[in-house]
Amino acid sequence: MGKKKKEIDDRFKKFGTVSFTSVTKVNDFIDYLEQGKVMGTRCKECGAVFFPPRADCYNCFFSDMEWFEVSGKGKLMTYSTLEFAPMGFGDDVPYAIALLDYGDYKVFGRISNDVPQDQIHIGMEMTTIVNKLPKGRLNYMFQKA
Amino acid sequence: MGKVGIIGVGQSAFVRGYPGSIRELAFDGFKESMQDAQISTKDIDASIICSAPEYDKQRSPAGVFAEYLGLVPQPTCYLESLCSSSSMGLRFAYSLIKSGLHDVVAVIGFQKMSEISSAESQERMGRGADIQWESPFGTMMPAYYAMYARAHMEQYGTSAEDLALIRVKAASYGQINEKAVYRKPVTFEMFSDPESPISGPVASPLRVGDCCANADGSSCVIVASEEKARAFCKKPVWILGLGAASTTVNLAGRDLFTGLTAARQAGEEAYKMAGITAKDIDVAEVHDCFTIAELMAYENLGFAKPGGGTELIKARETYKEGSIPVNVDGGLLSKGHPIGATGGSQIRTIVLQLRGEAGDMQVKDPEIGLVHNIGGVGLYGNVSILGR
Ligand SMILES: [Zn+2]
Repeated sequence: MGKKKKEIDDRFKKFGTVSFTSVTKVNDFIDYLEQGKVMGTRCKECGAVFFPPRADCYNCFFSDMEWFEVSGKGKLMTYSTLEFAPMGFGDDVPYAIALLDYGDYKVFGRISNDVPQDQIHIGMEMTTIVNKLPKGRLNYMFQKA
Repeated sequence: MGKVGIIGVGQSAFVRGYPGSIRELAFDGFKESMQDAQISTKDIDASIICSAPEYDKQRSPAGVFAEYLGLVPQPTCYLESLCSSSSMGLRFAYSLIKSGLHDVVAVIGFQKMSEISSAESQERMGRGADIQWESPFGTMMPAYYAMYARAHMEQYGTSAEDLALIRVKAASYGQINEKAVYRKPVTFEMFSDPESPISGPVASPLRVGDCCANADGSSCVIVASEEKARAFCKKPVWILGLGAASTTVNLAGRDLFTGLTAARQAGEEAYKMAGITAKDIDVAEVHDCFTIAELMAYENLGFAKPGGGTELIKARETYKEGSIPVNVDGGLLSKGHPIGATGGSQIRTIVLQLRGEAGDMQVKDPEIGLVHNIGGVGLYGNVSILGR
Protein backbone atom coordinates (compact mmCIF):
# COMPACT_ATOMS: atom_id res chain seq x y z
CA MET A 1 0.00 0.00 0.00
CA GLY A 2 0.98 3.60 0.28
CA LYS A 3 0.66 4.22 -3.42
CA LYS A 4 -1.93 6.87 -4.07
CA LYS A 5 -4.37 5.84 -6.79
CA LYS A 6 -4.37 8.30 -9.68
CA GLU A 7 -7.75 9.99 -9.90
CA ILE A 8 -9.61 9.50 -13.13
CA ASP A 9 -11.71 12.35 -14.49
CA ASP A 10 -14.74 10.36 -15.64
CA ARG A 11 -17.36 13.10 -15.55
CA PHE A 12 -18.64 12.20 -19.01
CA LYS A 13 -20.20 8.98 -17.68
CA LYS A 14 -23.11 11.18 -16.53
CA PHE A 15 -24.10 12.08 -20.10
CA GLY A 16 -27.44 10.76 -21.35
CA THR A 17 -29.66 7.88 -20.24
CA VAL A 18 -26.79 5.44 -20.84
CA SER A 19 -23.26 6.67 -21.53
CA PHE A 20 -20.69 4.55 -23.33
CA THR A 21 -17.84 7.00 -22.71
CA SER A 22 -16.48 8.27 -19.40
CA VAL A 23 -13.12 9.87 -20.12
CA THR A 24 -12.75 12.62 -22.72
CA LYS A 25 -10.81 15.87 -22.99
CA VAL A 26 -14.08 17.78 -23.27
CA ASN A 27 -15.38 16.66 -19.84
CA ASP A 28 -16.09 20.33 -18.99
CA PHE A 29 -19.15 19.88 -21.23
CA ILE A 30 -20.75 18.11 -18.25
CA ASP A 31 -19.96 20.96 -15.82
CA TYR A 32 -21.56 23.40 -18.25
CA LEU A 33 -24.66 21.18 -18.48
CA GLU A 34 -24.85 21.30 -14.68
CA GLN A 35 -24.83 25.10 -14.96
CA GLY A 36 -27.69 24.91 -17.47
CA LYS A 37 -25.58 25.59 -20.56
CA VAL A 38 -25.11 23.51 -23.72
CA MET A 39 -21.68 24.35 -25.10
CA GLY A 40 -19.63 23.74 -28.22
CA THR A 41 -15.97 24.55 -28.91
CA ARG A 42 -14.27 27.08 -31.17
CA CYS A 43 -10.64 26.78 -32.33
CA LYS A 44 -8.68 29.76 -31.01
CA GLU A 45 -6.22 29.48 -33.89
CA CYS A 46 -8.48 29.30 -36.99
CA GLY A 47 -11.93 30.09 -35.58
CA ALA A 48 -13.55 26.81 -36.68
CA VAL A 49 -16.73 26.07 -34.72
CA PHE A 50 -17.54 22.55 -33.50
CA PHE A 51 -20.63 20.86 -32.17
CA PRO A 52 -20.43 18.35 -30.66
CA PRO A 53 -17.44 19.96 -28.92
CA ARG A 54 -13.99 18.62 -29.68
CA ALA A 55 -10.57 19.04 -28.14
CA ASP A 56 -8.57 19.07 -31.37
CA CYS A 57 -8.85 21.02 -34.63
CA TYR A 58 -8.32 19.12 -37.88
CA ASN A 59 -7.99 22.35 -39.86
CA CYS A 60 -4.87 23.71 -38.21
CA PHE A 61 -3.87 20.87 -35.82
CA PHE A 62 -4.04 23.13 -32.80
CA SER A 63 -5.69 21.88 -29.63
CA ASP A 64 -6.43 25.23 -28.05
CA MET A 65 -10.21 25.60 -27.85
CA GLU A 66 -12.62 28.02 -26.25
CA TRP A 67 -16.19 27.19 -25.28
CA PHE A 68 -19.24 28.91 -26.79
CA GLU A 69 -22.88 28.50 -25.82
CA VAL A 70 -25.42 26.91 -28.15
CA SER A 71 -28.04 29.66 -28.09
CA GLY A 72 -30.84 31.06 -30.20
CA LYS A 73 -33.06 29.09 -32.53
CA GLY A 74 -32.23 26.17 -34.75
CA LYS A 75 -34.33 24.72 -37.57
CA LEU A 76 -35.56 21.12 -37.36
CA MET A 77 -33.88 19.27 -40.26
CA THR A 78 -35.39 15.83 -39.63
CA TYR A 79 -36.56 13.52 -36.83
CA SER A 80 -37.96 10.10 -35.97
CA THR A 81 -40.07 8.84 -33.08
CA LEU A 82 -38.91 5.51 -31.67
CA GLU A 83 -41.48 2.92 -30.60
CA PHE A 84 -38.74 0.42 -29.78
CA ALA A 85 -35.59 1.24 -27.92
CA PRO A 86 -32.14 -0.21 -27.53
CA MET A 87 -31.16 -1.87 -24.24
CA GLY A 88 -31.31 0.55 -21.31
CA PHE A 89 -33.74 3.01 -22.94
CA GLY A 90 -36.97 0.97 -22.72
CA ASP A 91 -38.53 3.22 -20.05
CA ASP A 92 -38.20 6.29 -22.28
CA VAL A 93 -40.32 5.01 -25.20
CA PRO A 94 -41.80 6.71 -27.17
CA TYR A 95 -39.24 9.45 -27.77
CA ALA A 96 -38.06 11.41 -30.80
CA ILE A 97 -34.46 11.92 -31.93
CA ALA A 98 -33.78 14.88 -34.17
CA LEU A 99 -31.25 17.20 -35.78
CA LEU A 100 -31.32 21.01 -35.46
CA ASP A 101 -29.53 23.30 -37.92
CA TYR A 102 -28.00 26.41 -36.35
CA GLY A 103 -26.28 27.58 -39.53
CA ASP A 104 -22.65 27.38 -38.37
CA TYR A 105 -23.20 23.98 -36.79
CA LYS A 106 -25.86 21.34 -36.17
CA VAL A 107 -27.01 19.65 -32.96
CA PHE A 108 -28.17 16.03 -32.68
CA GLY A 109 -30.41 15.23 -29.71
CA ARG A 110 -33.90 14.47 -28.44
CA ILE A 111 -37.11 16.43 -28.80
CA SER A 112 -38.73 17.21 -25.44
CA ASN A 113 -41.74 15.01 -24.63
CA ASP A 114 -43.63 18.26 -23.95
CA VAL A 115 -43.87 18.86 -27.69
CA PRO A 116 -46.97 17.00 -28.95
CA GLN A 117 -46.20 14.58 -31.80
CA ASP A 118 -48.65 16.27 -34.17
CA GLN A 119 -46.93 19.61 -33.71
CA ILE A 120 -43.50 18.39 -34.79
CA HIS A 121 -42.68 19.33 -38.38
CA ILE A 122 -39.53 19.74 -40.45
CA GLY A 123 -38.46 23.38 -40.67
CA MET A 124 -39.93 24.39 -37.28
CA GLU A 125 -37.80 26.58 -35.04
CA MET A 126 -36.57 25.02 -31.82
CA THR A 127 -34.20 25.78 -28.97
CA THR A 128 -31.76 23.49 -27.16
CA ILE A 129 -32.06 23.29 -23.38
CA VAL A 130 -30.42 21.24 -20.64
CA ASN A 131 -32.45 18.31 -19.36
CA LYS A 132 -31.84 16.86 -15.88
CA LEU A 133 -32.38 13.10 -15.72
CA PRO A 134 -32.80 10.90 -12.61
CA LYS A 135 -29.71 9.99 -10.54
CA GLY A 136 -27.79 13.16 -11.42
CA ARG A 137 -27.55 12.30 -15.09
CA LEU A 138 -27.81 15.01 -17.75
CA ASN A 139 -28.50 15.53 -21.41
CA TYR A 140 -30.13 18.21 -23.54
CA MET A 141 -33.34 18.40 -25.54
CA PHE A 142 -35.17 20.50 -28.10
CA GLN A 143 -38.22 22.64 -27.33
CA LYS A 144 -40.54 24.73 -29.47
CA ALA A 145 -39.00 28.19 -29.90
CA MET B 1 -1.57 -4.64 -66.18
CA GLY B 2 -4.21 -7.31 -66.65
CA LYS B 3 -7.77 -7.45 -65.43
CA VAL B 4 -8.98 -8.89 -62.13
CA GLY B 5 -11.76 -11.45 -62.19
CA ILE B 6 -14.10 -13.37 -59.92
CA ILE B 7 -13.78 -17.13 -60.42
CA GLY B 8 -15.94 -18.51 -57.63
CA VAL B 9 -18.83 -17.42 -55.45
CA GLY B 10 -20.65 -19.05 -52.56
CA GLN B 11 -22.86 -18.38 -49.61
CA SER B 12 -24.47 -20.28 -46.79
CA ALA B 13 -28.22 -20.29 -46.39
CA PHE B 14 -29.17 -17.17 -44.42
CA VAL B 15 -30.93 -18.40 -41.27
CA ARG B 16 -32.05 -17.49 -37.78
CA GLY B 17 -29.94 -19.20 -35.15
CA TYR B 18 -27.31 -21.09 -37.17
CA PRO B 19 -26.79 -24.46 -35.43
CA GLY B 20 -23.00 -24.32 -35.37
CA SER B 21 -19.96 -22.22 -34.54
CA ILE B 22 -18.66 -19.31 -36.64
CA ARG B 23 -15.90 -21.40 -38.23
CA GLU B 24 -18.50 -23.95 -39.32
CA LEU B 25 -20.72 -21.17 -40.63
CA ALA B 26 -17.81 -19.76 -42.65
CA PHE B 27 -17.12 -23.23 -44.05
CA ASP B 28 -20.56 -23.36 -45.70
CA GLY B 29 -20.00 -20.28 -47.88
CA PHE B 30 -16.34 -21.11 -48.52
CA LYS B 31 -17.11 -24.68 -49.62
CA GLU B 32 -19.67 -23.49 -52.16
CA SER B 33 -17.27 -20.95 -53.65
CA MET B 34 -14.45 -23.52 -53.88
CA GLN B 35 -16.72 -26.05 -55.58
CA ASP B 36 -17.86 -23.26 -57.89
CA ALA B 37 -14.27 -22.30 -58.76
CA GLN B 38 -13.14 -25.94 -58.86
CA ILE B 39 -9.83 -25.15 -57.23
CA SER B 40 -8.08 -26.42 -54.09
CA THR B 41 -7.02 -24.51 -51.00
CA LYS B 42 -3.41 -24.61 -52.25
CA ASP B 43 -4.46 -22.39 -55.17
CA ILE B 44 -5.44 -19.59 -52.79
CA ASP B 45 -2.60 -17.20 -51.96
CA ALA B 46 -4.27 -15.16 -49.20
CA SER B 47 -7.57 -14.70 -47.40
CA ILE B 48 -9.41 -11.63 -46.12
CA ILE B 49 -11.96 -12.27 -43.35
CA CYS B 50 -14.77 -9.72 -43.14
CA SER B 51 -17.37 -9.08 -40.42
CA ALA B 52 -18.56 -6.52 -37.90
CA PRO B 53 -16.51 -7.41 -34.81
CA GLU B 54 -19.01 -6.41 -32.12
CA TYR B 55 -21.00 -9.61 -32.76
CA ASP B 56 -17.99 -11.89 -32.40
CA LYS B 57 -16.93 -13.59 -29.22
CA GLN B 58 -13.84 -14.97 -30.95
CA ARG B 59 -11.01 -12.49 -30.90
CA SER B 60 -9.31 -12.22 -34.31
CA PRO B 61 -11.42 -14.72 -36.29
CA ALA B 62 -9.03 -14.65 -39.28
CA GLY B 63 -6.59 -17.15 -37.77
CA VAL B 64 -9.33 -19.51 -36.65
CA PHE B 65 -10.94 -19.49 -40.10
CA ALA B 66 -7.64 -19.92 -41.96
CA GLU B 67 -6.99 -23.02 -39.85
CA TYR B 68 -10.50 -24.48 -40.24
CA LEU B 69 -10.71 -23.75 -43.99
CA GLY B 70 -7.22 -25.11 -44.74
CA LEU B 71 -5.75 -21.74 -45.70
CA VAL B 72 -2.66 -22.03 -43.47
CA PRO B 73 0.21 -21.01 -43.91
CA GLN B 74 -0.98 -18.36 -46.38
CA PRO B 75 -1.38 -14.82 -45.04
CA THR B 76 -4.78 -13.87 -43.63
CA CYS B 77 -6.24 -10.80 -41.95
CA TYR B 78 -9.46 -9.32 -40.69
CA LEU B 79 -11.14 -6.33 -42.34
CA GLU B 80 -14.25 -4.42 -41.35
CA SER B 81 -16.40 -1.54 -42.53
CA LEU B 82 -19.62 -2.58 -40.76
CA CYS B 83 -22.27 -3.84 -43.22
CA SER B 84 -20.05 -3.20 -46.27
CA SER B 85 -17.11 -5.24 -44.93
CA SER B 86 -17.03 -7.84 -47.68
CA SER B 87 -17.34 -5.26 -50.50
CA MET B 88 -14.39 -3.52 -48.89
CA GLY B 89 -12.76 -6.98 -48.87
CA LEU B 90 -13.27 -7.18 -52.65
CA ARG B 91 -11.61 -3.77 -53.02
CA PHE B 92 -8.57 -4.91 -51.02
CA ALA B 93 -8.37 -8.25 -52.85
CA TYR B 94 -8.39 -6.30 -56.13
CA SER B 95 -5.48 -4.15 -55.01
CA LEU B 96 -3.49 -7.13 -53.67
CA ILE B 97 -3.82 -8.81 -57.06
CA LYS B 98 -3.32 -5.68 -59.14
CA SER B 99 -0.11 -4.94 -57.20
CA GLY B 100 1.23 -8.36 -58.08
CA LEU B 101 1.58 -9.44 -54.43
CA HIS B 102 -0.94 -12.26 -54.88
CA ASP B 103 -2.71 -14.07 -57.73
CA VAL B 104 -5.73 -15.58 -55.99
CA VAL B 105 -7.44 -14.13 -52.90
CA ALA B 106 -10.50 -15.43 -50.99
CA VAL B 107 -12.81 -12.78 -49.52
CA ILE B 108 -14.77 -14.48 -46.74
CA GLY B 109 -17.63 -12.63 -45.08
CA PHE B 110 -19.63 -13.89 -42.12
CA GLN B 111 -21.83 -12.88 -39.22
CA LYS B 112 -23.41 -14.93 -36.51
CA MET B 113 -25.74 -12.36 -35.06
CA SER B 114 -27.32 -14.98 -32.81
CA GLU B 115 -24.06 -15.19 -30.80
CA ILE B 116 -25.71 -12.48 -28.66
CA SER B 117 -29.31 -11.77 -27.59
CA SER B 118 -31.66 -9.66 -29.68
CA ALA B 119 -31.65 -6.82 -27.12
CA GLU B 120 -27.85 -6.85 -27.00
CA SER B 121 -27.85 -6.91 -30.76
CA GLN B 122 -30.04 -3.77 -30.87
CA GLU B 123 -27.73 -2.04 -28.43
CA ARG B 124 -24.72 -2.91 -30.58
CA MET B 125 -26.45 -1.77 -33.75
CA GLY B 126 -26.83 1.66 -32.10
CA ARG B 127 -23.14 1.62 -31.27
CA GLY B 128 -22.33 1.54 -34.98
CA ALA B 129 -23.03 5.27 -34.72
CA ASP B 130 -21.30 7.91 -32.55
CA ILE B 131 -21.18 6.35 -29.06
CA GLN B 132 -19.94 9.51 -27.37
CA TRP B 133 -22.50 12.01 -28.65
CA GLU B 134 -25.44 10.11 -30.17
CA SER B 135 -25.89 6.72 -28.49
CA PRO B 136 -26.58 8.29 -25.01
CA PHE B 137 -29.85 9.60 -26.52
CA GLY B 138 -31.02 6.05 -27.29
CA THR B 139 -30.39 5.71 -31.00
CA MET B 140 -30.73 2.68 -33.24
CA MET B 141 -30.32 1.90 -36.92
CA PRO B 142 -34.02 2.00 -37.92
CA ALA B 143 -34.40 5.44 -36.31
CA TYR B 144 -31.46 6.91 -38.19
CA TYR B 145 -32.76 5.64 -41.53
CA ALA B 146 -36.22 6.83 -40.48
CA MET B 147 -34.77 10.34 -40.24
CA TYR B 148 -33.72 10.00 -43.89
CA ALA B 149 -37.17 8.68 -44.80
CA ARG B 150 -38.82 11.63 -43.04
CA ALA B 151 -36.63 14.14 -44.92
CA HIS B 152 -37.29 12.38 -48.26
CA MET B 153 -41.03 12.48 -47.63
CA GLU B 154 -40.89 16.17 -46.76
CA GLN B 155 -38.80 17.11 -49.80
CA TYR B 156 -40.38 14.91 -52.49
CA GLY B 157 -43.81 13.89 -51.18
CA THR B 158 -42.72 10.26 -50.85
CA SER B 159 -45.26 8.22 -48.86
CA ALA B 160 -45.10 5.24 -46.53
CA GLU B 161 -47.10 3.38 -49.23
CA ASP B 162 -44.33 4.05 -51.78
CA LEU B 163 -41.84 2.46 -49.38
CA ALA B 164 -44.13 -0.53 -48.84
CA LEU B 165 -43.96 -1.28 -52.59
CA ILE B 166 -40.23 -1.91 -52.21
CA ARG B 167 -40.81 -4.50 -49.50
CA VAL B 168 -43.51 -6.20 -51.55
CA LYS B 169 -41.03 -6.54 -54.42
CA ALA B 170 -38.28 -7.88 -52.12
CA ALA B 171 -40.62 -10.48 -50.63
CA SER B 172 -41.74 -11.67 -54.05
CA TYR B 173 -38.13 -12.69 -54.76
CA GLY B 174 -37.31 -13.83 -51.22
CA GLN B 175 -40.02 -16.45 -51.73
CA ILE B 176 -38.16 -18.02 -54.65
CA ASN B 177 -34.63 -17.72 -53.16
CA GLU B 178 -33.85 -20.92 -51.28
CA LYS B 179 -31.01 -19.14 -49.42
CA ALA B 180 -33.32 -16.43 -48.03
CA VAL B 181 -34.21 -16.24 -44.33
CA TYR B 182 -37.63 -14.67 -44.98
CA ARG B 183 -39.53 -16.82 -47.47
CA LYS B 184 -43.03 -15.54 -46.71
CA PRO B 185 -45.00 -13.26 -49.02
CA VAL B 186 -45.61 -9.64 -48.02
CA THR B 187 -48.63 -7.91 -49.55
CA PHE B 188 -49.29 -4.21 -49.84
CA GLU B 189 -52.44 -4.68 -47.71
CA MET B 190 -50.43 -6.09 -44.77
CA PHE B 191 -48.92 -2.62 -44.23
CA SER B 192 -52.37 -1.20 -43.41
CA ASP B 193 -53.62 -4.26 -41.48
CA PRO B 194 -53.22 -3.59 -37.74
CA GLU B 195 -53.34 -7.36 -37.16
CA SER B 196 -50.28 -7.94 -39.31
CA PRO B 197 -46.85 -7.74 -37.66
CA ILE B 198 -45.65 -6.05 -40.89
CA SER B 199 -47.62 -2.87 -40.00
CA GLY B 200 -46.19 -2.56 -36.47
CA PRO B 201 -44.40 0.71 -35.67
CA VAL B 202 -40.62 0.72 -35.17
CA ALA B 203 -39.34 4.27 -35.65
CA SER B 204 -41.69 6.59 -37.51
CA PRO B 205 -42.22 6.64 -40.45
CA LEU B 206 -40.65 3.15 -40.75
CA ARG B 207 -42.62 0.05 -39.81
CA VAL B 208 -41.61 -3.57 -39.21
CA GLY B 209 -42.08 -4.34 -42.91
CA ASP B 210 -39.63 -1.58 -43.86
CA CYS B 211 -36.78 -3.23 -41.95
CA CYS B 212 -34.46 -6.00 -43.11
CA ALA B 213 -34.32 -9.43 -41.52
CA ASN B 214 -31.41 -10.19 -39.18
CA ALA B 215 -29.72 -13.46 -40.04
CA ASP B 216 -26.68 -15.64 -39.57
CA GLY B 217 -24.76 -16.31 -42.73
CA SER B 218 -21.48 -16.49 -44.60
CA SER B 219 -20.29 -15.72 -48.11
CA CYS B 220 -17.13 -16.16 -50.12
CA VAL B 221 -15.82 -14.55 -53.31
CA ILE B 222 -12.68 -15.96 -54.99
CA VAL B 223 -10.80 -13.21 -56.81
CA ALA B 224 -8.00 -13.87 -59.32
CA SER B 225 -5.56 -12.23 -61.71
CA GLU B 226 -6.54 -12.32 -65.40
CA GLU B 227 -4.02 -15.05 -66.13
CA LYS B 228 -5.21 -17.29 -63.29
CA ALA B 229 -8.86 -16.49 -63.96
CA ARG B 230 -8.54 -17.61 -67.59
CA ALA B 231 -6.63 -20.73 -66.54
CA PHE B 232 -9.08 -21.78 -63.81
CA CYS B 233 -12.44 -20.58 -65.03
CA LYS B 234 -14.61 -20.89 -68.16
CA LYS B 235 -16.81 -17.91 -67.29
CA PRO B 236 -14.84 -15.39 -65.24
CA VAL B 237 -16.68 -12.23 -64.27
CA TRP B 238 -14.44 -9.16 -64.44
CA ILE B 239 -14.21 -6.31 -61.97
CA LEU B 240 -14.81 -3.27 -64.20
CA GLY B 241 -15.11 -0.51 -61.63
CA LEU B 242 -14.75 0.04 -57.88
CA GLY B 243 -15.75 3.07 -55.84
CA ALA B 244 -15.60 3.78 -52.12
CA ALA B 245 -16.28 6.77 -49.89
CA SER B 246 -17.17 7.79 -46.34
CA THR B 247 -18.99 10.56 -44.53
CA THR B 248 -19.16 11.83 -40.94
CA VAL B 249 -20.44 9.39 -38.29
CA ASN B 250 -22.36 12.05 -36.36
CA LEU B 251 -25.40 13.29 -38.28
CA ALA B 252 -24.44 16.78 -37.10
CA GLY B 253 -21.64 16.71 -39.69
CA ARG B 254 -23.99 16.07 -42.62
CA ASP B 255 -25.96 18.41 -44.88
CA LEU B 256 -28.06 16.02 -46.95
CA PHE B 257 -30.83 13.75 -45.59
CA THR B 258 -32.62 12.80 -48.81
CA GLY B 259 -29.75 10.60 -50.01
CA LEU B 260 -26.40 9.08 -49.01
CA THR B 261 -23.42 11.13 -50.16
CA ALA B 262 -20.97 8.24 -49.70
CA ALA B 263 -23.09 6.06 -52.00
CA ARG B 264 -23.33 8.75 -54.66
CA GLN B 265 -19.60 9.41 -54.53
CA ALA B 266 -18.69 5.69 -54.64
CA GLY B 267 -21.08 5.23 -57.57
CA GLU B 268 -19.57 8.10 -59.55
CA GLU B 269 -16.07 6.70 -59.00
CA ALA B 270 -17.08 3.19 -60.02
CA TYR B 271 -18.83 4.40 -63.20
CA LYS B 272 -15.80 6.49 -64.11
CA MET B 273 -13.37 3.61 -63.60
CA ALA B 274 -15.58 1.29 -65.67
CA GLY B 275 -16.08 3.97 -68.33
CA ILE B 276 -19.86 3.58 -68.27
CA THR B 277 -22.98 5.34 -66.96
CA ALA B 278 -26.04 4.24 -65.00
CA LYS B 279 -27.84 3.48 -68.28
CA ASP B 280 -25.39 0.66 -68.98
CA ILE B 281 -26.31 -1.31 -65.84
CA ASP B 282 -28.45 -4.38 -66.63
CA VAL B 283 -28.98 -5.72 -63.10
CA ALA B 284 -28.19 -4.32 -59.63
CA GLU B 285 -27.95 -5.36 -56.01
CA VAL B 286 -28.43 -2.44 -53.64
CA HIS B 287 -28.15 -2.20 -49.87
CA ASP B 288 -31.82 -2.26 -48.82
CA CYS B 289 -31.30 -2.53 -45.06
CA PHE B 290 -34.50 -0.47 -44.98
CA THR B 291 -36.97 0.27 -47.78
CA ILE B 292 -35.94 3.94 -47.80
CA ALA B 293 -32.33 2.83 -48.38
CA GLU B 294 -33.30 1.13 -51.65
CA LEU B 295 -35.26 4.18 -52.76
CA MET B 296 -32.28 6.45 -52.08
CA ALA B 297 -29.99 3.99 -53.88
CA TYR B 298 -32.05 4.35 -57.10
CA GLU B 299 -31.40 8.08 -56.94
CA ASN B 300 -27.80 8.02 -55.68
CA LEU B 301 -26.77 5.56 -58.43
CA GLY B 302 -28.48 7.54 -61.18
CA PHE B 303 -31.22 5.00 -61.99
CA ALA B 304 -33.61 7.88 -61.22
CA LYS B 305 -33.16 11.59 -60.65
CA PRO B 306 -33.38 12.87 -57.05
CA GLY B 307 -37.00 12.39 -55.96
CA GLY B 308 -37.69 10.13 -58.94
CA GLY B 309 -37.16 6.83 -57.14
CA THR B 310 -40.83 6.42 -56.30
CA GLU B 311 -41.82 6.54 -59.99
CA LEU B 312 -39.36 3.72 -60.68
CA ILE B 313 -40.90 1.34 -58.14
CA LYS B 314 -44.48 2.39 -58.94
CA ALA B 315 -43.87 1.54 -62.61
CA ARG B 316 -42.28 -1.79 -61.54
CA GLU B 317 -39.11 -0.87 -63.44
CA THR B 318 -36.94 -2.47 -60.73
CA TYR B 319 -38.71 -5.85 -61.03
CA LYS B 320 -37.01 -8.65 -62.98
CA GLU B 321 -38.79 -7.70 -66.23
CA GLY B 322 -38.24 -3.94 -65.78
CA SER B 323 -35.66 -1.61 -67.28
CA ILE B 324 -33.30 -1.85 -64.26
CA PRO B 325 -33.92 -4.96 -62.12
CA VAL B 326 -32.85 -4.40 -58.49
CA ASN B 327 -32.50 -6.98 -55.70
CA VAL B 328 -34.20 -9.80 -57.56
CA ASP B 329 -32.79 -12.19 -54.93
CA GLY B 330 -34.96 -10.74 -52.13
CA GLY B 331 -32.41 -8.16 -51.00
CA LEU B 332 -31.47 -7.60 -47.38
CA LEU B 333 -35.18 -7.11 -46.65
CA SER B 334 -36.10 -10.75 -47.37
CA LYS B 335 -32.90 -12.65 -48.15
CA GLY B 336 -31.55 -11.34 -44.84
CA HIS B 337 -28.65 -9.22 -43.62
CA PRO B 338 -25.81 -11.07 -41.87
CA ILE B 339 -23.67 -7.91 -41.75
CA GLY B 340 -20.20 -9.12 -42.80
CA ALA B 341 -21.58 -11.68 -45.27
CA THR B 342 -23.95 -9.31 -47.06
CA GLY B 343 -21.59 -7.74 -49.63
CA GLY B 344 -20.26 -11.14 -50.67
CA SER B 345 -23.81 -12.42 -51.09
CA GLN B 346 -24.70 -9.40 -53.26
CA ILE B 347 -21.59 -10.03 -55.39
CA ARG B 348 -22.56 -13.70 -55.69
CA THR B 349 -26.02 -12.76 -56.97
CA ILE B 350 -24.58 -10.47 -59.65
CA VAL B 351 -21.95 -13.03 -60.69
CA LEU B 352 -24.63 -15.72 -61.09
CA GLN B 353 -26.79 -13.25 -63.05
CA LEU B 354 -23.93 -12.40 -65.43
CA ARG B 355 -23.17 -16.09 -65.95
CA GLY B 356 -26.85 -16.80 -66.65
CA GLU B 357 -27.03 -19.16 -63.68
CA ALA B 358 -29.55 -17.37 -61.44
CA GLY B 359 -32.40 -19.85 -62.03
CA ASP B 360 -35.89 -18.51 -61.36
CA MET B 361 -34.38 -15.11 -60.48
CA GLN B 362 -32.51 -14.81 -63.81
CA VAL B 363 -32.75 -11.44 -65.57
CA LYS B 364 -32.71 -11.58 -69.38
CA ASP B 365 -29.13 -11.68 -70.68
CA PRO B 366 -27.36 -9.08 -68.49
CA GLU B 367 -23.85 -7.98 -69.46
CA ILE B 368 -23.03 -5.48 -66.72
CA GLY B 369 -24.10 -5.63 -63.07
CA LEU B 370 -23.66 -3.36 -60.07
CA VAL B 371 -23.30 -3.95 -56.31
CA HIS B 372 -24.10 -1.09 -53.89
CA ASN B 373 -23.14 -1.96 -50.31
CA ILE B 374 -23.37 0.50 -47.41
CA GLY B 375 -21.85 0.33 -43.93
CA GLY B 376 -23.55 2.00 -40.96
CA VAL B 377 -25.95 4.87 -41.52
CA GLY B 378 -24.59 5.77 -44.94
CA LEU B 379 -21.20 5.97 -43.26
CA TYR B 380 -19.22 3.78 -45.66
CA GLY B 381 -20.22 3.46 -49.31
CA ASN B 382 -18.91 0.78 -51.68
CA VAL B 383 -19.99 0.36 -55.30
CA SER B 384 -18.59 -2.43 -57.49
CA ILE B 385 -19.31 -2.86 -61.20
CA LEU B 386 -18.90 -6.32 -62.70
CA GLY B 387 -19.06 -7.49 -66.29
CA ARG B 388 -18.80 -10.62 -68.43
ZN1 LIG C 1 -8.20 25.36 -36.02
